[in-house]
Amino acid sequence: MKASTLSKAVTAVMLVGLVLLPLYSSLAGNVFILTLFTRIVILALAAASLNLIMGFGGMMSFGHAAYLGIGGYAVGMLAQEGIGSGWIQFPVALAASAIYALVIGSLSLRTRGVYFIMITLAFAQMAYYVASGLARYGGDDGLTVYKRSDFSGLINLGNRTQFYYLCLACLFGVMLLIWRIVNSRFGLVVQGLRSNEQRMQAIGFPAKRYQLVCFVISGMMCGLAGALLANNTDFISPAVMYWTRSGDLMVMVILGGMGTLFGPVMGAVVFLLLEEFLSQITEYWALIMGPLLLLIVLFGRGGIMGMLGRASRG
Amino acid sequence: MLLVVEQFLNGLQFGLLLFLLAAGLTLVFGIMDLVNLAHGSLYMMGAYFAATFAAWTGSFLAGALMALGATLVLGIVLEMSALRHLYGRDHLDHVLATFGLILFFNEAVRLIWGPAGLALPLPAWLTVPVPILPGIHYPAYRLAIIIVALLVALLLYLGVMRTRIGMLIRAGASNREMIGALGINIKLLYTLVFGLGAALAGLAGLMQAPILTVQIGMGENILILAFVIIVIGGIGSIRGAFLAAIFVGMIDTLGRAFLPNLLRQVLSGAAASTAAPALSSMLIYLLMAIVLVVRPEGLFPANRR
Repeated sequence: MKASTLSKAVTAVMLVGLVLLPLYSSLAGNVFILTLFTRIVILALAAASLNLIMGFGGMMSFGHAAYLGIGGYAVGMLAQEGIGSGWIQFPVALAASAIYALVIGSLSLRTRGVYFIMITLAFAQMAYYVASGLARYGGDDGLTVYKRSDFSGLINLGNRTQFYYLCLACLFGVMLLIWRIVNSRFGLVVQGLRSNEQRMQAIGFPAKRYQLVCFVISGMMCGLAGALLANNTDFISPAVMYWTRSGDLMVMVILGGMGTLFGPVMGAVVFLLLEEFLSQITEYWALIMGPLLLLIVLFGRGGIMGMLGRASRG
Repeated sequence: MLLVVEQFLNGLQFGLLLFLLAAGLTLVFGIMDLVNLAHGSLYMMGAYFAATFAAWTGSFLAGALMALGATLVLGIVLEMSALRHLYGRDHLDHVLATFGLILFFNEAVRLIWGPAGLALPLPAWLTVPVPILPGIHYPAYRLAIIIVALLVALLLYLGVMRTRIGMLIRAGASNREMIGALGINIKLLYTLVFGLGAALAGLAGLMQAPILTVQIGMGENILILAFVIIVIGGIGSIRGAFLAAIFVGMIDTLGRAFLPNLLRQVLSGAAASTAAPALSSMLIYLLMAIVLVVRPEGLFPANRR
C-alpha cells in the first residue's frame, strides 16, 4: 500500500512531536505530560509488535498483553531477588517472551480464524492466573519494583527525560526492524501466507515455520515493552495481562490502521490521549469512548491511516 | 461423601448456567457469524434489571420475569441499532465494536446504578435446604437453578429440533446464503435469534445474581468461560455447547473444591493454598488448549458436512 501525502505528513508531525516532547515538557514545566507520553510510547511499541503478526501476518492474537506481563515480571522478579542490572533483566525478559511465544505459537498455529483468536486468549488467561498464583511475588496484589533497571551508569532510568528517550529509541528501533522485516523476503512470505496460505504452501514454503518465527519476533518486541512498562510504573501486577488489556492493544492497532507501519503508533497515541482527555472532562469517559469505537468500526474502514488516505484523495 | 455430592451438584448447576450463556453465544456466532463480546454485558444487564425490578415489585419472581423481558427487548434494540451493520464484516471489526459496547454498558451501569454492587435477596421459600438424598440437604435455590436451566435446555432443544423456526435456525447455521436465497426473511430471523440469545444471557445473569453480588464487570469473566465452551463444543453447535458447558462447570467447580487438598499432599501448606486457586482457574484453559490442539474445530463442529 502506498502511503498518501497527507498520512505521511501527519506521521511526520507525530514523530517530530514525540522527539521534541521533553523539550516542551521542561519549557512548560509540565511533568505530567512526559509521564503520560512515556506510557504512550511504551504501549505504542506493544501495539506495533501486535501489528506485525496481526496486520502483516494475519494472525489475530487476542493474548498479546501476556508478553507485557512476562517482560514486566522478568524485571520485577529479578529485582526482587536482588539482580538489578538491566543487562541481565532485559535479555531475560526477551528470552522469556521468546520461549512463551515459541510454545504457545507452535500450539496455536494449528488452528485458524476465530479459533486462533480464542486459543491465544486462553493461553494469555493461563499466564494471568499463573501470575496471580505467584505468592512470593505478590500474587494478585502485584509486585513493587523498588529499583529501576540499572545500566551500569550508562543511562539513568530514574531520570524522566532519559527514560523517555530510552523508550522512544526502543520504539524507533522496533519500527525500523519491523520495516526491514516487512520488506525482506521473509516478510513477503509471511504477508503472502496471510493472503493465501494454500498457494504459498503449494509453491513450497513451510507455512507454519515462517508464521512461528514471525510470532516469536513479535512476542519478543512486546516483551521489551513489558520490561519498560514495569520500569515506568515501578510496579507489575497480573492486571496488565488481563484480557481487556489485550483488547486495548487490538483497539490501538485497528484504530490506527492495521497493516500499516505507523498506524499502530498513531492508534496508541490517539487512543490513550482520548482516554486521558475524556476522563478529564467526565468521570464516565467510557460512555463516549465505547460508542466512538463502534462508529470507527462502522464508518472508518482502515482506521486513522485509511481515513487520512481517503481524505487526501478527496 | 456429602461434600462430593454437593460439589457435584454445584458443578452441574454452574455448568447449566454457563450453558444458558453459551447457547445464545453459539447461536449468534454460528448463524450470524458474529463474535459478540458484549454478550457478557447482556448477562450483567439481566442481573441489574432483576435486582431493580425485584426491589420495585417486592417479588422475586415478578422481578425475574420483567428482567427477562427487558433483556429480550434490549437485545433486539441492540441488534437493530448497531450489531446488524456488522454482519459480513471481519471478525476483528466485531471484536473492536463489541469491545466498545462493553465499555459503554459498564459505564452506563456505573452512571445509572452507581459503582457499588447490588444485592438480590431471595424469597424465604427459596432459601431452605431441601433433602435430596437421605441425610443430604441441598439449597433450594441452587436446585431451582438446575431445574429451570434443564427445562430451558429441553425447550431449546425441542424448539431448535422440532419447530419450523428451529429448522430455519439450523439451516442458517449450516448455510447462510442458501436460506436467504430460498426466500426466508433473514433479517427478521437474525433479530429473533439475537433477542433469544440476549434473553438466555439475561436469564443466566438474573439466576446467578442472588448467589454472587450484582456488580460492574460481572459479565466479563464468565463471557470468557462461555467462549471457551463454544470453542470446545464447536462453534454453532448447541449440543456441543451443552456438553462442553457441563464439562467446564464440573472441572471448574470440582477443581476449586478438591485441588487444594490434592496439592497439599505434594506441596507444603502455604505453597499449596496459593498455587491451588491459580491452578484450578487454569484447568479449563488448559482443557481448551488441549481440545484445540487435538481437534482444531472443536468437539462437535456444526458446519461439517
